[in-house]
Amino acid sequence: MIQAVSPSDAEHDSEPHAAAKTVHVRVLRQDAPGQESYWERHAVPYEPNMNVISVLQKIAERSRAEDGRQVAPVAWDCSCLEEVCGSCTMLVNGRTRMACSALVDRLLEESPGEIELRPMSKFPVVRDLKVDRSRLFHALERVKAWVPVDGSYDHGAGPRISPEEQEDAYPLSTCMSCGCCLEACPQYTKIEAVRRDDESEADFEQRRTAAFDRGFIGAHAISQAVLFNGHPTGRMIADERLASLTAAGGIQQCGNAQNCVAVCPKHIPLTRSIARAGRAATVWAIKKLFDR
Amino acid sequence: MAQGRVLVIGGGLAGLAATMRMAELGVAVDLVSLVPVKRSHSVCAQGGINSVNALTRQQGDNEWKHFDDTIYGGDFLQHQPPVKEMADWGPRIIDLMDRLGVPFNRTPEGFRDQRRFGGTLYKRTAFAGATTGQQLLYALDEQVRRYEAEGRVKKWEFWDFLEPVLDDAGRCRGAICQDLVTMKFHAFPADAVILATGGCGLVYGRSTMSMVCTGSAVSRAYQAGAAYGNGEFIQVHPTAIPGADKLRLMSESARGEGGRVWVPRKSQDARDPREIPEAERFYFLEERYPKYGNLVPRDIATREIFDICTTEGLSVEKDRLCVYLDLTHLSREMLDRKLGGILEIYEKFQGVDPRSVPMKIFPAVHYSMGGLWVDYERSANGGMEEGAVRNQQTSIPGLYAIGECDYQYHGANRLGANSLLSCIFSGLFVAPSIVSATGSKPASAESRLFEAALRRQEQRHESLLSKRGGDENPYALHQDLGSLMTRVATVVRRNEQLVAAYGEVCDLEARWRRCSLSDSGNWTNQNVVFTKSLGDMFPIAKLILKGALLRDECRGAHFKPAFSMPGIAATDPVEQRREAEQWCDRFEENTRKWLKSTVARHGADGHPQISYEDIDTSLIPPRPRLYGLVGGDVIEEVWKERGQRQATGVAAKAAVAVGAGV
Repeated sequence: MIQAVSPSDAEHDSEPHAAAKTVHVRVLRQDAPGQESYWERHAVPYEPNMNVISVLQKIAERSRAEDGRQVAPVAWDCSCLEEVCGSCTMLVNGRTRMACSALVDRLLEESPGEIELRPMSKFPVVRDLKVDRSRLFHALERVKAWVPVDGSYDHGAGPRISPEEQEDAYPLSTCMSCGCCLEACPQYTKIEAVRRDDESEADFEQRRTAAFDRGFIGAHAISQAVLFNGHPTGRMIADERLASLTAAGGIQQCGNAQNCVAVCPKHIPLTRSIARAGRAATVWAIKKLFDR
Repeated sequence: MAQGRVLVIGGGLAGLAATMRMAELGVAVDLVSLVPVKRSHSVCAQGGINSVNALTRQQGDNEWKHFDDTIYGGDFLQHQPPVKEMADWGPRIIDLMDRLGVPFNRTPEGFRDQRRFGGTLYKRTAFAGATTGQQLLYALDEQVRRYEAEGRVKKWEFWDFLEPVLDDAGRCRGAICQDLVTMKFHAFPADAVILATGGCGLVYGRSTMSMVCTGSAVSRAYQAGAAYGNGEFIQVHPTAIPGADKLRLMSESARGEGGRVWVPRKSQDARDPREIPEAERFYFLEERYPKYGNLVPRDIATREIFDICTTEGLSVEKDRLCVYLDLTHLSREMLDRKLGGILEIYEKFQGVDPRSVPMKIFPAVHYSMGGLWVDYERSANGGMEEGAVRNQQTSIPGLYAIGECDYQYHGANRLGANSLLSCIFSGLFVAPSIVSATGSKPASAESRLFEAALRRQEQRHESLLSKRGGDENPYALHQDLGSLMTRVATVVRRNEQLVAAYGEVCDLEARWRRCSLSDSGNWTNQNVVFTKSLGDMFPIAKLILKGALLRDECRGAHFKPAFSMPGIAATDPVEQRREAEQWCDRFEENTRKWLKSTVARHGADGHPQISYEDIDTSLIPPRPRLYGLVGGDVIEEVWKERGQRQATGVAAKAAVAVGAGV
């Protein structure tokens, strides 16, 4: 008999917006890829401690737009609701962030009257606020973001690592692949491949992957390359990672706008990673020149 | 190299560990997941992973003690051989994860650091900040991506498992899954299907679990005939942050690093907690459990926090039940280094800095100890036989279950930091069993089986989509189910409430059939997917309630006041001994009656059929779980004497038998 703490009896009666009673939301919707997008207004009852997820849950439950029309629930991705899975990235009041940690009270302070929700603009829309981020995961494969172990048989412990090295690596390893850094990056542009009628699934996949490979790899993947090139076993294939970082769509495309680090919800030092990767790539390129 | 094709459902720690190991052994793997596997619920695990280590070993620890703590903490409800095997594998698993690059916290000399967790007196828990689950998951995700790049693994992300496909002999030959973007169905013939789909927290509405933890995959296997074990054992975590959409976990590591739980001695003391002097604070866990303090096993901590707020009326707030979890006496530098991740969560969602103000927390549904019943083969040394086909196999041949969705490792109560271990262990350990199972017989399931199953699923889907004019809202029904289950089937359970709740769940299920969908389209329709999974929550809710109703005892997380065994009331030593003898008699009788796994099978009438299975307790004889019980020392003494008497009795009988033989 745990008492479900009903939001209405929480301790926020003195909150500035408690009196407002209704939260107005403007959602940019799109029924499917290739379709026109359109704005739709919703109104949900205000509750203290609400976040954008609970707003969207209420929209789904009501299934009515503000004008009373019956509408399908807004589609969006979410899972952990505690900002660690990286699912629920969207543009909230124009800023890329996680919907779960976007608290309604703060949003209304930012822009009184209405909350605006839009899908990320750098990834193809699947439906409404749900986008296809497979390019983001593909980039991790491009930089071989893994420790190349022999296998899972027992070989004893891993290498000794100083607390300083661990404290350096750990923040980079908390990257949850949310894509905020990519959304904010002026160099990262949308790649939307559409399957042709005469194209097989496999041919389409191949064409799409090739397009991804030409596109900018992104701050998240550069930072992962730095993470694994800093690991005692990971660095055994450092050259392969540097090769992909200097290939087409590599680190040279970074325009140093530094937006990535400003929007990262985990405060990962992405620009430091980019600087480190840049230096390592330069050294590697020169070394390669002399080794020829 | 092994051959064959295996379907893994779920890409959390268990699913990824199994996938990695099978790919290594040469088995082709299709990996199906509701979300990109890197976003699985394992990321939410915070505190750490348990294993004996070099340091604890020199303090007298060993694998057997870890095994014993797990069994004792679980109140003896587990078959012992698999648990022993898991504890034995602990050190190897931590070493492996270390090699895979998990950034475990380090000591000044560069060794892995460990902290203490609940239910043990040793510092067994390795950790990576306060996001250990995330870090372990990423390491496995990376290895699986590597195999994916080599073409040995194919991922199917944003896909839903709908049903296992069984042949006429009842063997699992594959499964039907659905693409959650295009809504298309697909048949996956496979030599074996492994479910690694986690817990069923959403049956309780809001819990610490992720939105994907609906329990629907397990329910679908159960409805197809797989037995479900110990469903009524649901762990309620002592410390969570109440929220409107979710109850966010506040890790046990907060207490492991020195966090203290307290309430003001004066009920609803309105003062700022920092102004309340030590003498006016009630550190109730430390006072009542001097040995374990704030680190008593979870079921006990949860009940104490619950009682202090309800029965004793000492909740910090009047309208909202909560107690203080206090870290403010600890250094900020240490807190940031070891607990940063969870403190940020509290700060972000509550707007208060827990380094300077005590947190307000309350218990929340957290983990399913129960799950699909799985088999094992006992080895000569009392562990599990590696590579045996039966290991982790459900009651449906060819269908396996690993991780939180199996019932095998945690008995009546899971110890903190043991779940990450059981997930990785069962994932790694199942792989050679799968190789043994697939090696011998090539899959040649007839296509008619898959066609029939596809038609069945398409029909279910169509009938949901076409339902118009129904008057029920699936989201509202889910809230009703969640509050009902939270009210009657968590910390305290009473038979009259369970009986009533069972009827109410049946009513909710009947109302579910009248659900009207607000989206009848066939593209990324989250409305129909949710409604479908809600429908599959009812069978699980029913088996939880029925299992709880029938089990008239207290064991681990299952607590019925009507059947509790209070400690000793007498103060006179002679009287105390007499009471202790009676207590032990009653304990023995209860053990005979109830030390059994609950096994639920889905009946044709939609109701669970419950039976009981004996438990292999051959390695550690059951003993009373006496954490903090009044008069526990006298009971323990009497219990030990009985054990000695019994041992002498057995020896005497053996001597007689030998004598007679001569």
